[in-house]
Amino acid sequence: MKNKIFVIILISTILINCGENKDSNSSTGSNNSAKEKLAQKFGLTLYELENGVGPIKEKITLGEISKSLADDGKKLFEEKCMQCHKMDERYTGPALRGVTERRTPEYIMNMILNPEEMTKRHPEAKKLLGIHANQMTFQNVTQDNARALLEYLRMESSH
Amino acid sequence: MSTKQKARFIISIFFIALIYSCSGNNGKPGTSDAAEKVYVAPGEYDEFYAFMSGGFSGQITVYGLPSGRLFKIIPIFAQHPENGYGYTPETKPMLQTSYGEIPWDDAHHPELSQTDGTPDGRWIFINANNTPRVARVNLSTFETEEIIEIPNSAGNHGSPFITMNTEYVVASTRFSVPIPQKDVPISSYKENFKGTISFIKVNPENGRMNIEFQILVPGFNYDLAHAGKGPSHGWAFFTSYNSEQANTLLEINASQNDKDFIAAINWKKAEEYIKEGKGKKYNSEYYHNIYNDETHTATSNVEKEILVLDPKDCPGLIYYLPTPKSPHGVDVDPSGEYIVAGGKLATVIPVHSFSKMIKAIENKEFISEIFGIPVLKYESVIAGEVEDPGLGPLHTEFDGNGYAYTSAFISSEIVKWKLGTWEVVDRIPTYYSIGHLMIPGGDSKTPFGKYVVALNKITKDRYLPTGPELCQSAQLIDISGDKMKLLLDFPTIGEPHYAQGIPAEILMKGQKKIYELGKNNHKYGLRSEKDAKVEKNGNDVHIYMSTTRTHFKPDNIEGIKIGDKVYFHITNLEQDWDIPHGFAVKGMNTAELLIMPGQTRTAIWEPKSEGVYPFYCTDFCSALHQEMQGYVRVSAKNSSNELKYN
Repeated sequence: MKNKIFVIILISTILINCGENKDSNSSTGSNNSAKEKLAQKFGLTLYELENGVGPIKEKITLGEISKSLADDGKKLFEEKCMQCHKMDERYTGPALRGVTERRTPEYIMNMILNPEEMTKRHPEAKKLLGIHANQMTFQNVTQDNARALLEYLRMESSH
Repeated sequence: MSTKQKARFIISIFFIALIYSCSGNNGKPGTSDAAEKVYVAPGEYDEFYAFMSGGFSGQITVYGLPSGRLFKIIPIFAQHPENGYGYTPETKPMLQTSYGEIPWDDAHHPELSQTDGTPDGRWIFINANNTPRVARVNLSTFETEEIIEIPNSAGNHGSPFITMNTEYVVASTRFSVPIPQKDVPISSYKENFKGTISFIKVNPENGRMNIEFQILVPGFNYDLAHAGKGPSHGWAFFTSYNSEQANTLLEINASQNDKDFIAAINWKKAEEYIKEGKGKKYNSEYYHNIYNDETHTATSNVEKEILVLDPKDCPGLIYYLPTPKSPHGVDVDPSGEYIVAGGKLATVIPVHSFSKMIKAIENKEFISEIFGIPVLKYESVIAGEVEDPGLGPLHTEFDGNGYAYTSAFISSEIVKWKLGTWEVVDRIPTYYSIGHLMIPGGDSKTPFGKYVVALNKITKDRYLPTGPELCQSAQLIDISGDKMKLLLDFPTIGEPHYAQGIPAEILMKGQKKIYELGKNNHKYGLRSEKDAKVEKNGNDVHIYMSTTRTHFKPDNIEGIKIGDKVYFHITNLEQDWDIPHGFAVKGMNTAELLIMPGQTRTAIWEPKSEGVYPFYCTDFCSALHQEMQGYVRVSAKNSSNELKYN
């Protein structure tokens, strides 16, 4: 538990130091867009800036919302997520309705599957950690579970 | 001294220390060479785990080697208010015995499970000496999973030593008693008192124990044990003293005989006799407590019968090896050939040969018979005697390179000697009064012979004094070279009778990080926060509560009345490693709870006066830990306040 405090301090330190971060995986071409510059600043690729850092490393294709997959996701959500997330109110974590419009599907799955690295490295996740002061946890879910949760969030966001 | 003088003094001490540390005092305690050998850099892991018995604390403590850092206390036979073990309804059954609930014991000998004579890191067993019991700890969770009471036993000292593949855990009785217990004059000792040796079968899949059989033996004091391995697999060896069968002033009366005995028991033969129906069923009530990590709850079962073999009906089951004098320890070398006795009053260490013993049995080289048990001729079974082994030799462990290390209690030293030639090759003092000693794997076929740990009884002048009661201690000694080198002293919790060590890498592979919420089958457990609720049945109030970073649900409860018995059933919904939550209510008369991720624990609270009582999380869990709290309102017995919560 005490190491969590340490992590928070570490994150703050990284936040303070990140202006000087020279690591970059992005292109060093002279016509950097604003997004590329931002990615470079945080040591992320453009893909990572848009889609998060984690096991989902390629764009996935989404079809029509699958009711049965979303129902699986709902069960998982009630078991592992709802103690921190509601759809329409800020709770321990942010409200989630409409999240599929704010974030890419890959970003959402990476946040579910790799929350600690996300809040360390990704500017959006870092910002939310600052607001909520609570580290989102990896809740021992598989990639398939994360896909089902995404489907549930898509269904809820469409209401 | 002025500040300047002080500074000069410190600087000169520093230089003297520097000169000493550079002057080739390799390995001398206190030098940087010794410090380097025990230094484990921040973030790095120790090479070995050492499991030490807590003696009268009833626990096992887990230390890292070579650093000597304490990592964990595992409560086994003792209540542990730190996490609620022995207080919660889930864990109270673990401390049930046929004498009622006993929240304490005297734990002596941790013993790691083995496969083919090598520690496998699955379980560790330990004995309760005072109220005879044997416990099993699961090493993937470091939690006590099972405790079985040993009937017809008193002073469960020679326990729980295991056979080569953990087929059996053995347990012998230190105090002989009337069996079955009855009201007789103590002076009728020789006529009425008996000993027993128990063989507890271990299920290879899940570790579950059951007492397969007991052997009735003459009323001596049975002290320690070790099982055979390799060629001697199938046999187990038990020391006994007080072959005089004295029952008063044993320090004199039990030291009359020149030789006592090691009992050699052929347990494979015992299995045959049981198949032939030679065992007799005795009525004996004893408790068998099992913890289930899916219901997160222990249950107590009462066993009623036990199968007993009498050596009189079972020729070839037991032989006595005469052993000088009041032997304490008995240890079998990695090859399985040599059986080393620690004769605590003997002037030599006698070493028996297993192959000579078998030959002597075949040739019937017996000198007498005691209660139907043949006594073998000493000269026929002895392989050699170690001369000048120190005063009061007790226990021997092996390094796997042909050397044995024996602790000498009275002369406070460890003596290193060579198997086969029996010559003493090295000795090192210990501070003070060493009992057991431990080499990781040192009683197995595959010792990891890098260190020996001395487990000492007395520490006068070694540490900062702490009033009349001083700490006890362990000492780490490097045995990688020809000469033993003292590296480190460290204090221990309780009295570390014995210890066992295992390479960290064997254990780390199997560690459990969380309890899966989807498998939580606790009767009052939750799998989702939406199921949090409060139910009232008469005066019983059951609160199904969840915890997560950083709130309880429900966190406000009203309508509790004086006379109600309130059960807080709390499930930790986290599925993340190293995030327990704690729980305590003001004025609760039991202990706090620590609830591991995915686990359910219950606190029982019986409020005695009206008011509003806070509860909170006791284990710092996050930045908003301090906000993790709630209230219970308690009203008068006749109040009309309805039950409500949110």
